[in-house]
Formats: sequence, structure tokens, C-alpha cells
Amino acid sequence: MSEPVTGISRDDVVHLAGLARIDLSDAELDHLAAELPAILEHVASVQQVAGDDVPAMSHPVPVDNVFRDDVVRPSLAPEDALAAAPASDQQRFLVPKILGEG
Amino acid sequence: MSTETLVPFDEALTRYDPVMGLEIHIELNTATKMFCGCPTEFGAEPNTQVCPVCLALPGALPVVNAKAVESAIRMGLALNCEIAEWCRFARKNYFYPDMPKNFQTSQYDEPIAFDGWVDVEVDGETFRIEIERAHMEEDTGKALHVGGSTGRIHGADFSLVDYNRAGIPLIEIVTRTIEVPPEKAPAVARAYVSYVRDLIGGLGVSDVRMDQGSLRADVNLSLKPRGSDVLGTRSETKNVNSFRSVERAVRYEISRHAGILDAGGKVVQETRHFQEDTGTTLSGREKSDADDYRYFPEPDLAPVSPSREWVEELRATLPEPPAVRRARLQADWGFSDLDMRDTIGAGALDLIVATVEAGTTPQAAKKWWLGEMARRANESGQDIDTLGITPQQVAEIQALIDAGRINDKLARSVFDGVIAGEGTAEEVVVARGLEVVSDDGALGAAVDRAIEGDPDAAAKIRAGNLGVAGALIGAVMKEMRGQADAGRVRELILEKLA
Repeated sequence: MSEPVTGISRDDVVHLAGLARIDLSDAELDHLAAELPAILEHVASVQQVAGDDVPAMSHPVPVDNVFRDDVVRPSLAPEDALAAAPASDQQRFLVPKILGEG
Repeated sequence: MSTETLVPFDEALTRYDPVMGLEIHIELNTATKMFCGCPTEFGAEPNTQVCPVCLALPGALPVVNAKAVESAIRMGLALNCEIAEWCRFARKNYFYPDMPKNFQTSQYDEPIAFDGWVDVEVDGETFRIEIERAHMEEDTGKALHVGGSTGRIHGADFSLVDYNRAGIPLIEIVTRTIEVPPEKAPAVARAYVSYVRDLIGGLGVSDVRMDQGSLRADVNLSLKPRGSDVLGTRSETKNVNSFRSVERAVRYEISRHAGILDAGGKVVQETRHFQEDTGTTLSGREKSDADDYRYFPEPDLAPVSPSREWVEELRATLPEPPAVRRARLQADWGFSDLDMRDTIGAGALDLIVATVEAGTTPQAAKKWWLGEMARRANESGQDIDTLGITPQQVAEIQALIDAGRINDKLARSVFDGVIAGEGTAEEVVVARGLEVVSDDGALGAAVDRAIEGDPDAAAKIRAGNLGVAGALIGAVMKEMRGQADAGRVRELILEKLA
């Protein structure tokens, strides 16, 4: 799905932090810009071991077609569904409006 | 919001060629969600159809709904697609509270169905629309945005989210680029969406109701300067909730893009929202780096590899292809090519089928749907199937006409009453006092008065000139305020003047 990562720049880290909504300081960005490539290099050494005869897998077990029948099972009671929410109102999850859309 | 400079549609077409792409989302009518056993009923109380899987609670494990896969394959086959031998789900990562998981489970580069086509007809001309892919995904929750003015949390804006819809199976159908004669583009877009609605509706896998959101169309459009091969920047218009709106959205975006390009400006790649009341589109969200969804294969779900035997079994369950069905219906009904073209153009094919099934003749069903109902839809700017009148009700009203209890003119008033929710056709006739006078005594008296009032006409009819009977019939109908059977009136006049 994605090209093998060969390197990661400081700008890449800024971009990724933005996607993940993580606010990083300059010092943290510097730190991660050095650390992430080291981690990726480490993983890349595993890729070298795998020859062309080893297909890429997205699952540890080669199983296909795990289906369930279209049969209704009980849902949670709404108060249980909302129990772990930091805030709720009108039987709905209350969340901060994070985009200017709507 | 800046004021848009629009170039009239016809003028825009003299300089630019529109390039369209259409995305249709179809909500399946499975009993349960895509990856969990929660029910999918429309309109349930908020957060009553949720569970650890669709709320993304830790440790929950999604499992694919077999029926949804079956429906997806049948849709793919109906769209003349290839069915993947092996495909996976993928996570589409984004932060928006309409999905509690912070990703939507979708398919990325391995859709279940791909490389299909459909032929749609506009004004008797056939256009082939190529289908790039149809993939499985899940619907999102519904967020209710609450403004800060309510002051409930220190003036900050917030949203209230209901996850009942989150996880309902969706199939997204994506066309390849559609390039048709420029002036046809709006009608072709509409015809395509209408065609897909009929096609998928015929499979029984979805309610395909645009007004209820079980069928949603997005219109992607860009303009190419005439003679150029350079594709323009496209806009993606959402919130298009009727067939008519599909057509209007295409027209508006062509005018808007042309306005920007004529002024030497650049079209911004963005999401636009169609405005039903004005027929315009408003800027939604600019596409940007934030649209980097970091798709990757979903590790919690096993790949789907439908056996070729299963695919063929499902192919055998498909109803007859639309073109075959149309030819059969046309022959059964004795419609001319023009009748059939009008029927399809009005989106009335299935309505007439259902009306005929309810006992009305094809001619009478056509008369009401293509005449009275098409006129009402046109006047109120609605699609013909959202007028609030069902084929069953049309059949009931026609049955009252056939029984001689009302006439065509009174039927219009009965339609008014039924649409206004005043009850059944029968109840409206009684409540509004619409029944024709079938009492020959009362009719006879009115006929006598008409004959006395126009001795010239009476003399001519006595002399065998039946052509003037219309004048006397008109006089009687006027006296009866339309509530008489014109055929019976004619009979009485001729009897009396025999």
C-alpha cells in the first residue's frame, strides 16, 4: 500500500504530527527526526531477510472469509454506551467541535 | 463567502468542456451493521444501536457481515463489474468525531468490484458510463452541531454525536471520467444517478431513498478549455439530495468554474455543499494536506475472497437487465418509444409498474404519472417519487373513476386531499363531497334545464347533429359544478332528444 520508507525528514515528522494532532515542540521534533529513522532502519533490516519468495502479509495467520450471519444481537443500553464518555447531552456524545465545518 | 461571478450555462459551453465524475454511496438494507450485530433501523432513539465494536471500545473485534458482502457482489455484477478474487479492507485514518475509531473501515486499492459500465439514455440517445470501482465501507455517525450562543459550555461550540448510523454497510460506486457533449452533461449525470437507483432498487439490497440519505450522490466536476487537453481543477459537490439537484448542481458548477476561469482565476480544489433552495453550491472544506488518510490494510479483519462458484450463484439471482426489462414492459404495456422515453425521463418506470400491479391499466397509470404527477413535481421542484402519493393510492383513485364515482377532474381534488394527508382516496371523496351525481333524477332535471336554455342546440341534436351536444354537456357540468359523469350526461341528453 505504501512505498518502503527509506528516510524520514524533519518535515515528514512535522507532517505526521499534524495528521496525528500532536503538538510537538522544536526540541521534540529535532529529537524524533533523529530517532524515527533509526527505528525504521532497524525494521528495514528485517525486510532484507525476507526474499522474493516470501509474500507480504497483512495478517499473521492466512485466513480468508471470516463472516458472520446478518442476525441482530443486543446493543448496549444507551446509558452504558455513554458511561465512558467524558461528557454527554441529550443521549449523545458531547465532543468539542474540531473543524470549522457543519 | 465571496460573491460568485457566474457565466450563463449556454455561454460557458461555447468555451469549455465539462469533465465529470460521480460518486454514489448506497446504504445497504441489511438487518445489522457491517462489522457488528447492531440493528440498522432508521430513526431509532440516539445511541440505542451501538455496541463495543461500533463504538471502538478497547478489545472489540469486528467481523464482516456475510449478507453485506453478498449484496456488494450482486451490486458489482449488476454494474457489469469484475469481482475481485481476493480483497481487503483498509483503514482510512482521519480525526473527526463522526467515527469513534478515528478511522473509517473502507477499501482502498483492492475494491470488491471494479471495471464495470452502465448504459444510460437521455432523449433517446445512449451514453456509456464506465464504473471504476464499487467498494465496501461503513457509514459514519451523525453529529448535531450546537452553536456557542446556547452558552452551555462557556460559549464554546460543540457537537452532539449519535453513533446509530456508524457502521451501517455502505457501497461506494465511483465512475471513471465522464465526457459527453457539453450540453448533455447535466442530464446525463441525472440519468446516471436515476439509473443506478432503479438498478440497485431492483436488486432489493437498499431502500435507495435519496430523500432519506440511503442513496447519496457526489458530483465531481472540472472544466477543460475547448481544444485543450489540460484537465482543470475539480470541485466535489456534496449534499445533492434529489435527481433534480444532481442536474442543477452540474449546471451551477459549470457556470461557476467558467466564471473563475474567464476572470483568469484558479479553481480551488474543495468540497462544495449544494443548496437546495437557491440551486447554488457553497464552499465547504478546502482539500489540503489534512486529506492524507494514511490508508493501510485493516489488521482486525480477514481478507475477502469470494469463490467463483459463489459469484456465479449470485449472478444467477440478478433480475433481468434494465434494457431487457424496459423492452418487455414496453411490449406488455403497448407504449410507443416516445411514451417509454418520457416514462424513463420522468423517473416514473417503477411507479407505473407498481400502479399497474395495483390494478390500473398501463394507459391510465401513464396518464396520471406523466401528466398530473409530473406537473406537480415540476411545479414544486421535487422528484416524482417524493410527492407524497403512492402507486397504490393512484390505483385507488383510478378505481373510483372506473366505478363512475368520480371523474378525472374531481380526481385532481382527490389527489390534493390524499397528498395533504386527509386520508384514503375514499375518505377524501366523502369528506370533500366530491362524488359525482349519479342520481339520474337530479341529473335529468339539470339536463332538462340545459335543453330549455339552449333550444337551438336541442333542435340541431334532434336533427341528428350530435356535434353540438358538447354545448349542452358543458352547461350541465357547469350547473353540477363538475360533479357529474360527462358520459352519463351525454347519454341522458341523447335519450331525451332522440
